[in-house]
Amino acid sequence: MSERTLFRGARVVDPASGRDGVTDVLVEDETVAAVGEGAVAGGAIVLDCGGLVLAPGLVDLHAHLRQPGREDKETVETGSRAAAVGGYTAVAAMANTDPVADNAAVIEEVRSLAARAGLCDVFPVGAITKGLGGQEMAEVGEMAHAGVRVFSDDGRCVPSARVLRNALRYARAFDVVIAEHCEDPSLSEGAQMHEGLYSSTLGLAGAPAEAEEVAVFRDLVLARLTGGRLHLCHLSAAGSVELVRRAKASGLRVTAEVTPHHLAFSDEDLVGYDTNFKVNPPLRTVEDRDALRSAIADGTIDAIATDHAPHAVEEKEAEFDQAPPGTIGLETALAAVITNLVEPGLMPLPRAIEAMSTGPARILGAADHGGPIEPGRPANLVAFDPGADWVVEAPFASRSRNSAFLGKRLRGKVVHTMYRGRLVVADGKAQR
Amino acid sequence: MNKHLLSINDVSAEDVVRVLDTAESFREVGTRVIKKVPALRGRTVVNLFYENSTRTRISFELAAKRLSADVINFSTSGSSVSKGESLKDTALTLQAMGADAIVIRHSSSGSPYTLTKWVKGSVLNAGDGTHEHPTQALLDLYTIREKLGRFQGLRAAIVGDVLHSRVARSLSFGLVKMGTEVTLVGPPTLIPPDAPAWGVEVSYDIGGVLPKLDVCYMLRVQRERLRQQYFPSVREYSRLFGLTRDRVAMLPEGCLIMHPGPMNRGVEIDSDVADLPQAVIEEQVTNGIAVRMSLLYLMLGAAGTEEVSERV
Repeated sequence: MSERTLFRGARVVDPASGRDGVTDVLVEDETVAAVGEGAVAGGAIVLDCGGLVLAPGLVDLHAHLRQPGREDKETVETGSRAAAVGGYTAVAAMANTDPVADNAAVIEEVRSLAARAGLCDVFPVGAITKGLGGQEMAEVGEMAHAGVRVFSDDGRCVPSARVLRNALRYARAFDVVIAEHCEDPSLSEGAQMHEGLYSSTLGLAGAPAEAEEVAVFRDLVLARLTGGRLHLCHLSAAGSVELVRRAKASGLRVTAEVTPHHLAFSDEDLVGYDTNFKVNPPLRTVEDRDALRSAIADGTIDAIATDHAPHAVEEKEAEFDQAPPGTIGLETALAAVITNLVEPGLMPLPRAIEAMSTGPARILGAADHGGPIEPGRPANLVAFDPGADWVVEAPFASRSRNSAFLGKRLRGKVVHTMYRGRLVVADGKAQR
Repeated sequence: MNKHLLSINDVSAEDVVRVLDTAESFREVGTRVIKKVPALRGRTVVNLFYENSTRTRISFELAAKRLSADVINFSTSGSSVSKGESLKDTALTLQAMGADAIVIRHSSSGSPYTLTKWVKGSVLNAGDGTHEHPTQALLDLYTIREKLGRFQGLRAAIVGDVLHSRVARSLSFGLVKMGTEVTLVGPPTLIPPDAPAWGVEVSYDIGGVLPKLDVCYMLRVQRERLRQQYFPSVREYSRLFGLTRDRVAMLPEGCLIMHPGPMNRGVEIDSDVADLPQAVIEEQVTNGIAVRMSLLYLMLGAAGTEEVSERV
C-alpha cells in the first residue's frame, strides 16, 4: 500500500516550471504524483493549505554542521533538524570540521550521519587545501568521485593566488565548483567588524570592504584565466557586487551568494556589542546592505545561503573580541528574506524561492531539489505561511542559539517540510 | 544620571555640569586633614581590573574610600580569572556578593556593556580596550573648566594615536558635546578615517594647529604601533608630532598642556615641557579623585542615602 499526501489549495510557487498559482499537489511515496486541481485524494492524508505557499524545498549552499569535531555546537542530525524546521530539504555542509573534510573518509562519515538522521539531504563540501592550510591541494579528484560537487576552504581565503589558480584549473577535470571565502587576511587581521563610522566610535578594529573586494577581484581574474567554476561565498560589500556584475556581463562562469543576515542588518547593529552580530564577513554599511538587496533581486547574486554557524553559549557570552564570529540561520532564513525583501516589495516571492531553492540546487548539482514540482519528481517540498508573524526565541532545533535574529519579529513561518515524500516537519513541528 | 557609565555619550551636557559641580564640592574634601565623608557608608564598590592600571585603580579606590564605601580590589592576576574564569562567572560571583557598583577596566572594547547583562549594580567604565575612558574625559573637562572657566568657543587639539586611544574618543565626544572645537592631529594612519563624523576637524600638521589652541592634549604613543607599521620610527614620530620646546613657543599664552599619563617623555612630549607651569598633568590626577567621588556619589549615593533615611 503506497502512502499518499495531498497538499490542497496551496499557492504553488515553482520557479523551475514558472508556475505560480493556487492548485493541489499529490505526493505518492517519494515522488510527486499529480499537480492540478481535483487530484484524486483517495486514501491520502489531506493537508489543507489554504493561504499557504507550496514551493520546492529550500537548498542551503553554506552551513556549518560542526560534525565531526564540535558536537557540542551542532551535529549532522541537529543541523538537519534545524534545516527541516527552516524549510530546507538539502544542505551543503562546510568542510571546516575536525578532522577537516579534506578526504573521502570524512565525506563518507558526514554522508552516513546524514542518511541516519534522514531529515534532509546533506551535501558535504570538500576542502580545497589539506587541513584548510592553504598550501597543498586536497585530493579533489577522490572527493569528486565520492560525489562532492563543491570545494571550499570557507572561513579562510585561499591565500596564494598560485594555489587557487591550480585548484580552479584542476577542478575542471571533474566539473566541480570552487567556492571562495573572499578576504585578504593582511587587511582584516584582528578585525572585529566592518571598518567605518561605527568601528571608529565603538573602538573595535575594523576590516574595510576592500579586504573582500581585493580578494573578489583576484578570484575573478583567476577564474577568467583558468576557465574554472568559481562560486563566491557570502558577499558583503557593494564593491564586490559591482565586480561580480561586470564579470557576469563579460560572460564569466561565476556565481555568488549572500546571507540573510547581510540582507537584514548593518554595522549599526553592533552598537551595544551583541556578539551575535559578530559575523565574518562583517555586517557592513546600510549602503552595502542595500546593494546586496538589489543584487539578489536582480540576479547578480544567484543564491541566498545561511552561513549557519553554531557556537557554544559560553563562547558567544564573552568579551566581543574573544567571541567567535557567526550566527545560526537555518531556522530564520526564509522569514528573514520574506520580512526584509518580499514584504517591502524589493523582490517578488518567486524570485525569493529561486534564490533559496532553484538557484542553489543548480549550483550544488542537487538534481532532486529546487523543482520543478512535476509528476515523477522527488517530493522535496516546503509549505509556509507567508503572512504569519512570530518572534524569534530560543530554544532552536539547532543545538546552538547564537542567532542575530533573537528577539526580532519576523513574518513568514514554515508549516510543513516534506523530504522525499515524508513529512519531516508538520504544523511547524519536527516529526523526528 | 544614568544607572551605568559606559560611554561619555551616556552623559548629557546638563549631567556633565552636574558631575563637575558636585566634584567641585568634593575637591575640598581632599584638602582636609580627615579626607572622608560618610555619603556611601555601607555600600560596596568593586574595582575589577583586567588590565594593570595603577593610577586609575588608586584614583577610584581613594574616591570610594573618601566616600566611606567598602572597596574591594579584584585584579585578574593571581585570581580566579587567571585560572580561566569567564567574565560572566566573575560577574555573577561579584553580584552574589552584593556589589553596588563595579568599576571595570578591560582590554576588550565593550566589556562594560557585556558586564551590565549579568549584574544588578551600576557599572562604571574605567577604560575598555580602544573604546572609551569616560571618567578620564570628565576629569579632563573638570580641569579645563577649572582653568579656563568655560567650554563654549574653546579650541582643543588631541594629538597622537587617536585610532587606538580610548581617552581620545571619550574626550572628543565630551568636548564636542560641551561646545569646544576639537582638532585631531596625528599621522593619517593613526586617525580613524571616519573621525570627521564625530564632529571634529582632522589635521596632519601640528604646526598649523598649535597657534590657535586653548588646550593641547597629548596622547601616549605605544611603541607596539611601530611594529604594526603605523609609522616608520619613534624618531620620526616625535619630530613630526611631539610637543617640543620649540612647538610650545607656538602655543598662545594661557594654552593648557594636558596628558592622560603615563607619559613617554621624549617621545610625544619633551621632558621639560611636561614640567612647564601651563602643563596641568598633575592637577588632572588630583581632579580625577574628586570627579570619581562625584560620579560614585551621583550614581549610588544620592538615591541610596534617601532610601536609608526613609528606612530609619
